[in-house]
Amino acid sequence: MHPLLERIQQAFSSGITGLTEWRGDVAVTVSRDKLSEVAQFLRDDPWMDFDYIVHVSSVDWPDDEERFEVVWEFYSIRKRHRIRLKARVPESDCVVDSLTNLWKGADFMEREVYDMMGIRFRNHPDLRRILMPDDYTEGYPLRKDFPLRGKGWRDTFEFLDEIPR
Amino acid sequence: MAFEDQRTTVYKIDPEHPESESLPTLRTEELLLNMGPQHPSTHGVLKVILELEGERLVKSTPVMGYLHRGVEKLAEDGTYHQFIPHTDRLDYVCAMYNNFAYCRAVEKLLNLQVPERAEYLRTIVAEVQRIIGHQFWLSAQALDIGAMTVFFYCFRDREILLDWFDELCGARLTTSWYRIGGVERDLTPALIDKLKQFLDYFPPKIDEYQVFLEKNRIWIGRTKGVAVISAEDAVNFGLSGPVLRGSGVDYDLRKYEPYSAYPKCEFSVPVGKNGDTYDRYWIRVMELYESVKIIRQCLEQMQEGPIMADAPSVTLPPKERVFTNLEAMIQQFKLFSQGFDAPPGEIYCGTEAHKGELGFYIVSTGGGKPYRLKIRAPSFVHMGAFDHMARGYMISDACTIFGTYDVVMGECDR
Repeated sequence: MHPLLERIQQAFSSGITGLTEWRGDVAVTVSRDKLSEVAQFLRDDPWMDFDYIVHVSSVDWPDDEERFEVVWEFYSIRKRHRIRLKARVPESDCVVDSLTNLWKGADFMEREVYDMMGIRFRNHPDLRRILMPDDYTEGYPLRKDFPLRGKGWRDTFEFLDEIPR
Repeated sequence: MAFEDQRTTVYKIDPEHPESESLPTLRTEELLLNMGPQHPSTHGVLKVILELEGERLVKSTPVMGYLHRGVEKLAEDGTYHQFIPHTDRLDYVCAMYNNFAYCRAVEKLLNLQVPERAEYLRTIVAEVQRIIGHQFWLSAQALDIGAMTVFFYCFRDREILLDWFDELCGARLTTSWYRIGGVERDLTPALIDKLKQFLDYFPPKIDEYQVFLEKNRIWIGRTKGVAVISAEDAVNFGLSGPVLRGSGVDYDLRKYEPYSAYPKCEFSVPVGKNGDTYDRYWIRVMELYESVKIIRQCLEQMQEGPIMADAPSVTLPPKERVFTNLEAMIQQFKLFSQGFDAPPGEIYCGTEAHKGELGFYIVSTGGGKPYRLKIRAPSFVHMGAFDHMARGYMISDACTIFGTYDVVMGECDR
């Protein structure tokens, strides 16, 4: 097993639900309530030392019981290693801890996840839509049940008459 | 003037004045100013709500999304090959590097080895693109600050390279020259000659740009000590590329996680000290020299060989075979209608584009389309630090700070 994963397994007796390594990418899945604790460990443990946030993202798995998967990717500039942290969130209670207190860069990235997938972040300083307009009410565009061509909002634009066929 | 959380402060001009009671009171109020969405120095369509105290920036809130086209959603609907032209439109100033970053990510997903000549070609073109990107940045930043001549000089030289791209792949900006597993076509001897001529022509021109700016008192005054960010903060915000290196962190994926032909070339990564706009300028100019060095070495070391990986189930057949050979035609048709079968799994692959770390996070569940594709755009991450870096500077510095990130809104809003 990858030494990073071993170290995490030793540090946490519970709350780690998956450790994977594929194509050289190391990933840890944690339960939602342990997220802040694990993230704190990743940043502050001298052996881990993940000081750099790469991206925050989310994946929609509509058929799963816990529908959403929030993904953080970290890099350590001093140790030169990478890790991916994942947590599952059910649709009924779509909230996960914000990591902005640890990495300030998470601010905009988490806002984007909220905007695109509708996952709310607890204790986020300014959780608003970021790419879609503030008054956008049709839902969250990157969810799998959102149609590719949108839900008709664009049809209400009155620029040109439709070409008669 | 003390500024607390109060929005409005009322105070007398001079309380000691004998007639202070009868003097009018001055009411000071924070001014909200909308910069953009139509503003030449926002490099696209971006609005920033600036809260001003006099001419000082107290708080700035970027409002983005004017160029949001849902590229990540579109990616889920097309095959892996079909997404390459979409990547051109992310950072439309430097399409080649986006193609490169995307193709590398898919190759990592497929565990595909790219032939050596293709790696050299990729590195050469990527560095040419880096030169174009930095020229474009330098001209735009100088223009924002008011130095117009540099703009013309940079665009004159950029034009040579764009024509070179035109000859290479038939397009100047939206190139789509990279392919999964290799590149679309080889450099012809004429193209190599032209590139060599440019490499001899270019370094004196970089000196010329510098003469314009480094002896210019306005340029120095408006860049030195402006938008300073400490190394710790820069790392914490996730900044990358020249913006991070300006603060003294030598984070460069070309060195940290070497890829393509970079490990075979000798080059240095310029690192700043003060974390101000001037250092970031200096780094980009030094990178122009380094890019010239890298291209020279690649042209020398490059050997003859295939330019596409030998993996017919994934890579596109050469165009001339598609028109003459039935199997190749079927292969081309199948690859574009169904795509190749990617293994299920997820990867993240970051590439050092000239703006910073451009990464692709791909989740695959098998089949020809990505299940989820997330683009880690450096411009987007950099905009997250705008408020932090602009706080306390003058309103006219706001333009400088946009410029110093090298934001392109197509990439920022995706």
